[in-house]
Formats: sequence, structure tokens, C-alpha cells
Amino acid sequence: MFNYFKLLSQKGVLGINNRNANYTLKYNSRNKYPLVDNKLKTKQLAIEAGIPVPELYAVIEIERQIQDIDDIIKHQDAFVVKPACGSGGNGIVVIADRARDMYRKASGNVMTSDELKYHISNILSGLYSLGGQSDKAIIEYRVQPDLIFEPISYMGVPDIRIIVFFGIPVMSMVRLPTQMSDGKANLHQGAIGAGVNIATGITLSAVWKDTIITRHPNTGHPITNIKIPFWKKLLDIASRCYEMTGLAYQGVDIVLDKNQGPMLLEINARPGLNIQIANQSGLLKRLKWIEQHYHELNSIDDKIQFAVRHFK
Amino acid sequence: MKKVQLFILSGMLIFLGSGIFIFKYHFLNFPLTPNKTSNLWDIEIRLSVDADNKSLKASLFLPGESENFTIISEHFLSGKYGLITEKKNNNRKAVWSIRKIKGRQDLYYRVLVQKTANKKPGKLKPGKISTPALDEPYLSAANRLWNDIYKHSADLNTVIGNLFKHLNSPGIDENVALLLGKETASTTKKIETAVKLLALAGIPAQLVHGFDLREETLQVKMVSWLEVYYQKKWKSYNPDNSGRDIPGSYIAWWRGSEPLYKIRGGTNPHIQIAAQKNETEAIQSAIVQSKLTSPHFFKFSLLNLPIQNQIIYRVILLIPLGALLVVIFRNIIGIKTFGTFMPVLIALSFRETQLLWGIILFSLVIAIGLAIRFYLENLKLLVVPRLSAILIAVIIIIAGLNILTYNMGLPLGLSVSLFPIVILSMAIERMSILWDERGPGEALSQGLGTLFVSTAIYYVIKNQIIEHIMFFFPELLFILFGITLLLGRYSGFRLIELYRFKELVRKTKNV
Repeated sequence: MFNYFKLLSQKGVLGINNRNANYTLKYNSRNKYPLVDNKLKTKQLAIEAGIPVPELYAVIEIERQIQDIDDIIKHQDAFVVKPACGSGGNGIVVIADRARDMYRKASGNVMTSDELKYHISNILSGLYSLGGQSDKAIIEYRVQPDLIFEPISYMGVPDIRIIVFFGIPVMSMVRLPTQMSDGKANLHQGAIGAGVNIATGITLSAVWKDTIITRHPNTGHPITNIKIPFWKKLLDIASRCYEMTGLAYQGVDIVLDKNQGPMLLEINARPGLNIQIANQSGLLKRLKWIEQHYHELNSIDDKIQFAVRHFK
Repeated sequence: MKKVQLFILSGMLIFLGSGIFIFKYHFLNFPLTPNKTSNLWDIEIRLSVDADNKSLKASLFLPGESENFTIISEHFLSGKYGLITEKKNNNRKAVWSIRKIKGRQDLYYRVLVQKTANKKPGKLKPGKISTPALDEPYLSAANRLWNDIYKHSADLNTVIGNLFKHLNSPGIDENVALLLGKETASTTKKIETAVKLLALAGIPAQLVHGFDLREETLQVKMVSWLEVYYQKKWKSYNPDNSGRDIPGSYIAWWRGSEPLYKIRGGTNPHIQIAAQKNETEAIQSAIVQSKLTSPHFFKFSLLNLPIQNQIIYRVILLIPLGALLVVIFRNIIGIKTFGTFMPVLIALSFRETQLLWGIILFSLVIAIGLAIRFYLENLKLLVVPRLSAILIAVIIIIAGLNILTYNMGLPLGLSVSLFPIVILSMAIERMSILWDERGPGEALSQGLGTLFVSTAIYYVIKNQIIEHIMFFFPELLFILFGITLLLGRYSGFRLIELYRFKELVRKTKNV
């Protein structure tokens, strides 16, 4: 067993205690958490910083507004409903289409107007928020995934997670929805995580439910060796998020829209550690390397160059 | 910087906790186990005398400083008598007096003493040595005897040894025979002679009278021995045993040649000394002792609180231990549980219900509650009313189960009522959300994790010794506090991460 611990350390694997004690608690100040825990605030910040985000259609803040939901979104056929302070992708409903007076979800199931209202009501009362306090519901543009992902995702929208440390992209993965994850891009719900080479934007190995795979379980297409378009742009968005939020250690989630290109979806102040499995590589060595050098790097370009040079 | 601060703080806390702990264990004799008994002796002296309508005065020596025993409490039963106690020549004395009295009189003195774990040497200073007034031929006999003994000895111990060897066999040495006077001298006489001889040599010594508390008897055996002041310490020598140390059962009562009691004005005096061994829980006598020896310390302890509060603290002081275990299970091992402290509360309720029943009850309540929660999901209730509905349902389930088990004659009793109802309701809600969002596997695994951690904590806190130690040594909280702070900076892997990152270990690949 100690041998195992040793191997993990040699691999430079970042454990949860280490992440909390030496990275998130040490470098991320508590007063900046609301900026990322509340997706509305993140969206506003991003717009101010000139970072593209999915268009906001409406915010539902009080129970009374729920009654008018059909009216509020009558111009949109496709949209996403999500809690402003949700975590782990919980409480997100993706409506792809309308079927008469009903809503069709991205997964294909239909939802009545009443069911949608009940869901929003649950969001408002804080069912999905971190501390259980009352929340707001965001209704926003439903991203149309870039065509490159079509063969390797099962419904839903894949997103790209980039870990950023002091504005320097450290490690990245693309999260591909599966049938099991119900079109959602969360690994613990059954999505696939494929590591992405920071320097090139080409996918590496992929992990699904703790096992290494090379093909998508539902579509059968190979996952590795796919070049993600707009890669430099993605790195740029990720790097700028540091200045935007002031959080030194963060996970930036970006989606690739078919028409509008990369968009910032959300930022996570305590990004998960599964990215290491997807990349078959530990985070620790890269983080330590950055801790030694980050003060030498000032511009966004410098930071991205640094990442491209060192994290192949 | 911060790390150093943390280590210093934790170190200080642990040091403080252990310091008080050791003080209480070692100096106040707080026992580490609940049922340890200690040696208490109840000694009663009854002094009887016939009064003949005249004034009566009775004096009695009281126990003084003793190597082996500590006085815990004493009482006098003196009726109409005036009573004074006085200290004189390292002795304590009670004097009863009355102007006019008639008939048989009984005066009582009662003392509770505790045998000390270790010998404590006496602190009293010796009085001035008065050169004994010896006439010839006794003086030259004493000198001759002393020279003889001195020649054949190396140190004080051998001097005393030789001295008693001579004194115990008066037939052999004519000097001894002369000094002791009679063929068969009493032990007291021998010790007095020894004191005189030592005084001639300038060594302070005294005759000590006491009792041998070896068996429970109505008439305690009176004993006497020699105490010698040497190198600023009193040392006891047993005359019957060629000057070895006295047995641990000897309690010193008074020093000098005077008798135990004196009566003026009465006839037919009689004294009866009885001793009874009183085995109480060691903790009780430790509490009593600390009340006497360290009153300020005692005043600021939990033991000074009303008994109802103490009963509550017996449980409350177990919670920090449970919390520490939760830290270990969650941050070092990595087991997921519902809520942070729910396992502690469940473990506390297991203490009331017993483990098996606790687990059955926990599972039943959660299972029925979940079924109700899934049904409520269909009704599309708002969150707060739904939570309240679950809370009410949980109470109905518990009440129902209680009535059911009572009628079945199962030993569940009222203990169920302490089951953390609100926490159970929250657990049901969280479990059902987990069930919906991450599937039944995750929900069940967290449920089992909670049960597992609760069971582990239960086994620790149900332990009688642990409960005893936590309650009587609450300073251990400082140690727990320090350890928790240290664990707060533990940044190593969790045990569960060995499994989680197994794919990373299996394949070796460069960064």
C-alpha cells in the first residue's frame, strides 16, 4: 500500500487534501468565490471583460415570475434552464425544441409546462444551490455544439475544461456526453473525459467510468487524436479568466458553438481531480513548476507561450 | 510562517492537555478506569469514662502527619462538651472538657483516611534535641554501647540496625540490660532508649505511635516505631524488624512518650479503636481529595457543576472524539457520508438503542422515508413544505416503529426518541436527490458510508473507559483540538485515492 502511495507521489498526482490545503485554500481568497459560484455574476464579469458567453434570455428571481415562463421564452425554441448557484451540473435542463405546448429536452424526453415550472420553483427554493439558500434560475442560449464533436458525443454539448493556475493553462480535457450521462458533460454522471494536449489541442487518452477507452461507447468513433478547433482562442479565454476573477487556481469550462465559436460557460473555484486520469498524468509537477515561474510572466501571450512550451 | 504557527499552537495545546492530564492522574490520583477501588479506612475511637459529678477533662491525640495515609475527613461527637483541638510538638490533640457531669460518658472521634499510592516523606521540622538527663552508671553504659555500635556500622541504616539488634537481645549485652532495666522491656521502652542514644550522638529522632491498618478489626493493633531525621528527611525504622522500613499499613498517629489519651476527673477509662476498610470508587475519593488539596483547581472543573449538567457533559464530551474520527474517516480515508457530523449524532443515538437495533431502525426509517419522498416528488411540492412533510413523516415512522416494537416486546424503549429526527429528514432529502442525479449506486454507497462511520464511532464512544476518561479528564479536549488542527493541514493522499487514481499508477507514461 505504501508502495502505491509512493507511485502516486512519483506520478505527481494531486490528491484532494493537497489541492484544498496547498492550492485552493492558499491561493483562492474566499471573497472571490461568489464571482464564480454565481453564474450570473460570472456572466456579467465575462461580458465586461469582452469574453464571449451564451446569451442570457431571462432571469427568474421570484416564484411569481414562474407563472409567466411560457410568455417570457415564447421567442425561443431552444434554451437552457440552470440554477445560478448550482454545482456539479445539477439542476440543468436543456430544452432542444417545442412540441405543441410541451418542451422537448435534449435527451428526447418531453416536459410539460407544469413540470418546467416545478423545476424552476425547485431551483428558486435552493434545492440545487451549494448551501441550500434560495437561488435564481438562469434561462440562456442553448449552445449548438461544433460539428467536430458530433461523432464523439451522444446528444448534449461537450465542453472543454482547462485548469488555469495564475493565468497559465495547466491541463485540459474535453468532456463528452454519453447516453449514460443523459447528455450532460459531467464525468461523475457518466460522461467521457478525454485529455487534451495543452500545446496542440489534440485529444490524448480518454477515461470513462474509471477505465481507459479509445472509442465512444455509444457512437463507436475514436476519441483520441482529434484536433479541437480554435485552440489558441480557448487558451486565451482560459488565461484571461484569472484577471477576471482573481482566483489563482480555477477550472474554466468553455463550449464550442457551431456558429459563435468558443464561449465561456462557467468557472469552478474547486475544479475536480479526474482531469489527471483523463490525461494519464499528475498535476503536481506542472503546478510546482508554475509556482516557481509565474511572477516572470506578465502578458496573456507570455503565459500561453509558457504553457505551450512546457506542458506538451 | 503559518505552518510553524500551526505546529506551535497545536504543540502548546497538546502540551497543555497532557500537562493537566498528568497532574490529575499522578498528583490527584484520578484513576484511568471507571471501577477502580481505592483504600479508604474509617477509623473510630471511642473513649469511655465514668464521671462522678465533677469536672471532666479528656485529651486524645489525633492522627498527625503520616507517610502512608492522607486524612480525608474527620468528625467529633462530643455532645455538651467543650472541644478544642491544638497543635503542639508535631502532634495534634483534641481536648474535651465539661464543668460538671455524671454517669458513663462516651466521646467519639471518627476519621476517614486514604492510603496513598506512594510514600510521602514527612515535612515537619524536628524540635530541639535536649541532651537526655542520664545519671551514672547509665551515662557510661550508654556511651559504651554507642561506641560499640558505632565501631561496627558504616552508615545510619547500619547504626540503627545494630542498635535494635542490641536492644532486642538484652541478655547478651550488660550495657543494654542496664539501660532497659528489666529483662523484658516493652517496644516503646526500647525505642525511647534508642531516641536517647541517638540524641547523645546529636541525631534527632522520635518515638512514633500509630496503628496497623491491616485487617478490619474492632480493636486495632497499636504499633510504635522510630523516626530519625537525617539529611532533612524523616525516615522510619521498625524496631521489630532490626530497623527496616515500616509496613505500608502503618498509620502514624502521634509522636513522643505521652499516652494516647489522658483523663482527669473520671474513673474506669476505656478506649476502643475500630477500623473498617471502606472500598469506594477510586474516582470518588480522588474527587474528595482534590477538593481538599486543590480547591481552586476543583472549583473550575466540570465536577463542581450540578449533577444534571454533569450527566449531559458525559455525552457532550464524547462528541469531539466522534468529530475527530469523522475527520479521519473523511479526510484521511476518504469515506463519503451524509453531512459532516451526522455519523456522530447517529452514533450517539446508537448508544441509546444498541447497535443492531440502531442499524435496523436507521435503515427502516431511511427506506420508508425515501419511499414517501419519491411519492411526494410526484406532487410537485415546494422545497421547504416538502422538507417539513418529510420531517413529520419521519416522526410518524419512528413513533409507529416504537409502538410496534413495544407491543412485540422488543427492548427498544424510549431510547428511540433521541434519534436525530431532523438530521434523518435531511438525509432522506439528500439521498433522494443523489438518487435522482447520480443514480441509486452513489446514494446507497453514501448511505452505507454513513452507517459504517457511525458504527465505528459507536464502538469508540460506547466504551466505558473512554467515556470515563473523556469526562474526568476534559483537558483531553485540548489534545483533540491540537490533533484536529494538525489534521487540518494534512495534504497527503486519501486512502480512497489509491483506488481512484489506480489507472494512473498502472500505466507509466511521461508527463
